[in-house]
Amino acid sequence: MTYKVTIGLEIHAELKTNSKMFCSCKNDPDEKRPNYNICPICMAHPGTLPVANEAAIRKVIKTGLALNCEIARESKFDRKNYFYPDLPKGYQISQYDQPLCEKGFLQISDRMIGITRIHLEEDTGRLMHSAQEGRASSSADGRPDGESFSLVDYNRAGIPLMELVTEPDITSGKEAREFAQELQIILRYLDVSSADMEKGQMRVEVNISVSKTKKLGTKVEIKNLNSFRVVEKAVDFEIQRQTKLLDAGEKVVQETRGWHDKKEITFLQREKESAHDYRYFPEPDLPTLHLKEDYIIKIKSHMQELPDQKRERFEKEFGLDKDSIEFFVTNKDLSEYYEKVVSEFEEWTSEQEKAGAHVKASKLVANYLISDIKGLLVGKEFIETEFKITAENFAEFIKMIYKNEISSKVAKMVLVEMFNTGGDPSEIVLQNNWGQIKDVGELEKILKEVIEKNSKAVLEYKSGKKNALQFLVGQVMAKSRGTANPEKVSELFIKLLK
Amino acid sequence: MLSKEEVKHIADLSRLKLSEKEIELMQKDLSAVLDYFNLLKKIDTSKIKLETEKFVSTVNISHNFEDFDGLLGTRKDEAIHQSREVVEKLIQAFPDKKDDYIKVKAIL
Amino acid sequence: MELQDFTIKQINKCLKEKKFSAKELANAYFDKIKNTDKDIDAYLNLTQDLALSQAEAVDQKISNGEEIPTLAGVPCSIKDNILVKDEKCSAASKMLENYIASYDSSVIKKLKEQGAIILGKTNLDEFAFGSSCENSAFKVTKNPHDLTCVAGGSSGGSAAAVASNQCCFALGTDTGCSVRTPASFCGVLGLKTTYGSVSRSGVIASASSLDQVGPLAKSVEDIEIIFNAISGKDILDATSVEYKYEKFIENNKPLTIGIPKEFFAEGINKDVEKIVKEAIFKIEDQGFKIQEISLPSSKYALACYYIIQTSEASSNLARFDGIRYGLSKQNENDLLDFYLSNRAGGFGAESKRRIMLGTYSLSSGYYDAYYKKAQEIRQLVKQDFKKAFEKVDLIMSPVVPFPAFKIGSKVNDPLSMYLADIYTVPVNLAGLPALSLPVGKTNGLPVGLQIIANHFEENKILSIASIIEKLV
Repeated sequence: MTYKVTIGLEIHAELKTNSKMFCSCKNDPDEKRPNYNICPICMAHPGTLPVANEAAIRKVIKTGLALNCEIARESKFDRKNYFYPDLPKGYQISQYDQPLCEKGFLQISDRMIGITRIHLEEDTGRLMHSAQEGRASSSADGRPDGESFSLVDYNRAGIPLMELVTEPDITSGKEAREFAQELQIILRYLDVSSADMEKGQMRVEVNISVSKTKKLGTKVEIKNLNSFRVVEKAVDFEIQRQTKLLDAGEKVVQETRGWHDKKEITFLQREKESAHDYRYFPEPDLPTLHLKEDYIIKIKSHMQELPDQKRERFEKEFGLDKDSIEFFVTNKDLSEYYEKVVSEFEEWTSEQEKAGAHVKASKLVANYLISDIKGLLVGKEFIETEFKITAENFAEFIKMIYKNEISSKVAKMVLVEMFNTGGDPSEIVLQNNWGQIKDVGELEKILKEVIEKNSKAVLEYKSGKKNALQFLVGQVMAKSRGTANPEKVSELFIKLLK
Repeated sequence: MLSKEEVKHIADLSRLKLSEKEIELMQKDLSAVLDYFNLLKKIDTSKIKLETEKFVSTVNISHNFEDFDGLLGTRKDEAIHQSREVVEKLIQAFPDKKDDYIKVKAIL
Repeated sequence: MELQDFTIKQINKCLKEKKFSAKELANAYFDKIKNTDKDIDAYLNLTQDLALSQAEAVDQKISNGEEIPTLAGVPCSIKDNILVKDEKCSAASKMLENYIASYDSSVIKKLKEQGAIILGKTNLDEFAFGSSCENSAFKVTKNPHDLTCVAGGSSGGSAAAVASNQCCFALGTDTGCSVRTPASFCGVLGLKTTYGSVSRSGVIASASSLDQVGPLAKSVEDIEIIFNAISGKDILDATSVEYKYEKFIENNKPLTIGIPKEFFAEGINKDVEKIVKEAIFKIEDQGFKIQEISLPSSKYALACYYIIQTSEASSNLARFDGIRYGLSKQNENDLLDFYLSNRAGGFGAESKRRIMLGTYSLSSGYYDAYYKKAQEIRQLVKQDFKKAFEKVDLIMSPVVPFPAFKIGSKVNDPLSMYLADIYTVPVNLAGLPALSLPVGKTNGLPVGLQIIANHFEENKILSIASIIEKLV
């Protein structure tokens, strides 16, 4: 029996801004000292008032535009009232019925996933549960026994937080993961959020129901999913769990579940408040936002390139294959470096050979970055400011390969040297004496030696065996440590052995 | 008249512990005021559209009234360094703390 | 020194002429407070160290021959829901009994820049919830004209301090009546300012869409000077508006005054009605045009006001939980009990009532019938005023339907206490400015005239008030 699986996502992302959402405290997700970036406003001291951060509003609108949303002309903030120690004011300033963005979509592998809304709110403080005096752990799910108190740090309280809600258009764990991954890339492209799931800068919650009929099944929420892999696994586990229940004629209970990392299962989570009654009402301390046409146009005109636009452009401009394009789309900084190298390379080519050279160089650069450089980085992130090879040097390196000035064997050695020292490729070649032997006399000397020592192969060649020539060329290449030009060597052999 | 259960429910939502006597008094007082509020129920407000415009000064409007980037009533994204003196005062005010963390009763 | 005669300008003149020093003046006020406040209970807390160091700074300037601002050296008192850095600010609540402000409210920053001397913090109804000043967790402020009567609220301490010459002027806040009612009961002037004209930053919120800071003083001239000093856009208050006070320039067309018939309906004390009407007749004699108007929705305004006020207040008071500051009982084992007992122990009866009413009005299933309905009615109230101001320049009415009442006479009946605000709350719902101006007395108790104007037309109010001031 097949079941209809319906999945919707709620994704929170901390916005990358200088200051918090409603006060001028620094927005620093990496601050380790507890309660360091706090002020009377984000600590909800008496008399304090919120004033909205314009950049945060702008970033949410930018995201909405990228996700084909309708942007509200009039939007407001509301108070969501509940008591919790990580919530200083006793209410969270959020958006209830007039979100900044509505009705968008995002395409993933030929499927459109609808976006219901994107709104702006403030993050809460961070709670650390403690097992015993002196030892605090921030584990999200593992609640140790004998816990007696919790510690609160408000550095995160008031950081701008975006919430995106999708339509229930997703049908599998794989799609859920793909959606979240593509969204992460978009948020990073737009410089809206660092969207690091491990750091909690992006949080994915899943609403999932399984049903035998067209009618929706009972909704189960899964929270605390801290990686894309876990999103996919949790969804797939949950589909199976619910399917088994239904197969056995049992009912699915509406509940919130967490993910157990070690056991790789979802489990029932205890709720913080039994009865939710958030008593939403318009935030009287903040005026309604009137988002005028020209404001939105201004945001549009400052939009960065989106991943999909990049995919299209990389195919058209560089003629790269799908895998290479995907590599560059997900490695934004490296892709920017790639473009610089290709454009530097153009400087080295003459007008008449430009078109052909571009096609070849585009692929050469891509190959060296994707295989060699990635290998040399050994899992470390590419950070251009820490990368020793300048785009100019890299382009010259590619030119040397393109013009056959060095063999591929030498190229690999040169690249390692460049990666380690940041040196100029031509100088490295010169210093190590890796340059191609240009002097015909010198070359002939090597050839003669080879002919002398390989009389058998010479005879074979003269009797018409073409393979023997390749063997002889190979001998010269080995003797010259790759510095001879194989074509030239071959030509010389033909001449000498005539 | 509000029932005791209703009063208790509202008190829980409000995080107020009320004694039996207070609950009884609340029943009486709140009911009287809510009855008075019910005066509004009779008025037909179906045609009213809630305006969102705010009061704008009619005299002496200065021309830089519009905040930067045309978004009224917002602030520029600038992190202002908090004086340590103020932060220290905020921390001193913590009723219960461990290092610079606030300590609260076990959650849940 | 005859403190009762001092206006701001006279003090300024005397200081410049070195008739006395700012420090001598401050000490004279402190002596007065020490002699009289046992009976009146206007102050919760004196800020003597701050005042004297401020006074010394002013004296230094004078002796250096520097120019001093108008308010320099002028002693004032501040309602204890307005934060003054490093001083206690309790909002007359046990919840904040030992709370020390970590920053200055924006109005205080402005007063300090001018060099006004802050003598102390005055009593109020807890969190400004009340019309009599009996809801303070610490003391009941008495009416200086009759110590058995209330001073009015919630800025009762500020009004009583001005009326008994314990300060030259005071700041109060007005959410539904709280500057005007005590001003009317104590026989001083009190201005409720246009919503958005004065920053609310650093003012402990009662109801955010209604609260405004306003001055209490003994003359129109003083009110004008203070309002001019504290008004204007503040980056810390998103609802504040770019605004600069300018004196009203009369043209040839005399101002028209509207008299809303709904504000003289049944329930009004006959003496109050007579005194207010007499004042209006005197204005008519001066050539102003008097016209009867109607504000038909005003009969719903009180219910509308109390729904909005309690709803916003219930949320504004949620931050008082004993976790980050304030009253905190550490003997509970469980987080829920910690919340429940802290808040039960910190809030007084009226605060609890309002939190409960507001929570109820916002709660699921009741929101549409209460909060949303009230917002719609608020729109009607605004429209009434909008229409009225198409016809008239100013509106005049009593402030309260009756003079100051006996202490304790209404405390057990919250609804009858709320009814005292019937003429004042429509003004807050519409965000308008209004002045309470003393125009007479009944049985020794003062009666105030309410003068209401359109948004940001405080100047029109003060212009006509200065004429009436001379007539009564």
